[in-house]
Amino acid sequence: MSRKEWPLWEIFIRGQHGLNHRHVGSLHAPDAEMAIRNARDVYTRRKEGVSIWVVRSADITASAPSEKGPMFDPAESKVYRHPTFFDIPDEVGHM
Amino acid sequence: MYAQMVKSEGMKSAEEMTPEERAFQNRIDRNEKIEPKEWMPEGYRKTLIRQIGQHAHSEIVGQLPEGNWITRAPTLERKAILLAKVQDEAGHGLYLYSAAETLGVSRDELMEKLHSGAMKYSSIFNYPTLTWADMGAVGWLVDGAAIMNQVPLQRTSYGPYSRAMIRICKEESFHQRQGYAIMMKMAQGTPEQKEMAQDALNRFWYPALMMFGPSDKDSVHSAQSMAWKIKMNTNDELRQKFVDETVPQAEYLGLTVPDETLRWNEERGHYDFAEPDWNEFFEVIKGNGPCNRERLEARRTAWEEGRWFREGLMAYAEKSAARRKAAPHAAE
Repeated sequence: MSRKEWPLWEIFIRGQHGLNHRHVGSLHAPDAEMAIRNARDVYTRRKEGVSIWVVRSADITASAPSEKGPMFDPAESKVYRHPTFFDIPDEVGHM
Repeated sequence: MYAQMVKSEGMKSAEEMTPEERAFQNRIDRNEKIEPKEWMPEGYRKTLIRQIGQHAHSEIVGQLPEGNWITRAPTLERKAILLAKVQDEAGHGLYLYSAAETLGVSRDELMEKLHSGAMKYSSIFNYPTLTWADMGAVGWLVDGAAIMNQVPLQRTSYGPYSRAMIRICKEESFHQRQGYAIMMKMAQGTPEQKEMAQDALNRFWYPALMMFGPSDKDSVHSAQSMAWKIKMNTNDELRQKFVDETVPQAEYLGLTVPDETLRWNEERGHYDFAEPDWNEFFEVIKGNGPCNRERLEARRTAWEEGRWFREGLMAYAEKSAARRKAAPHAAE
């Protein structure tokens, strides 16, 4: 059989309250416009969103799971990036 | 349970495992989620495709027995509710197909396996829905039984499956409650309506118990799936939980569970109940249930008759993309 499957799209939805678009799942659709229509029916049947983004799954570049260590571990030793690293005397007040 | 008798690969002891397999099992034991592109044993991948695929097929085929009553719902409100419920089932099927596809199987492959009979769907959907009361019994008992299995599966080890389950569970409670609401209405209605409700319970009780599958406490498949956390409880545990929760609900309706041996066992803190007829179950699984042929035929027809539409939309998408490429400004 030579027929083609509809491509896969990743669906991102902005919830009600000024949040970022968030990945909610994926679906098949022939083009972007249909992907948005289908995403409305598949992912927002209960008013889960106010805006939808669709991206072809094939267009997403992901970091390799095997490189998780080299990618993310360097941040582990940089605890001074967090405000609680610094002791500020109570007398100074809220900072 | 929407996945029944899913075969898993044989169980290995810690010594028999390769270092990779041991590291993988350790991750699962630490409750880490496994994500699509990460290393996983071939058996884990294959078992999950079988299980999630069967679960997805059940959602899709499960639309048929209820779809049967959409045009004959007693009121416009009931019709709208049933339509929304059946649409949810389509959505659940789609979430699950997507989760299965992350394991390297294509949607069309899954469809073809359903249509050829190589993959199964839950035995429950091979029973007919003869009266409106069956819409009540299906929502109450069938979705109720599904919830028993799906709630623990939210914690399953495979990330995409777990996320699909979380989404599904959020919607499933509506399904069970709308079914119970239909049963309440019927049970409180005329004597004839109450009789219809009782008849629906009589016909769906044992098929609902079969949904959990035969006892698997000694099954190696089950032990491996539980070690991988793609199965969270034994079939017997879930069946018992279902009976314990459902019997008082039937009592509230004033209906009788069709089991003369049903008794509260003070010592165990559970109901004792009769097992369903497992021969019937195996016959249904083999394709000899009351509606197997009709269900598969309906799915195949929908797939074949929708082909021109799928292909037409694809051709249109390709043509518009080519046109945009040729004249980028014209398409703006």
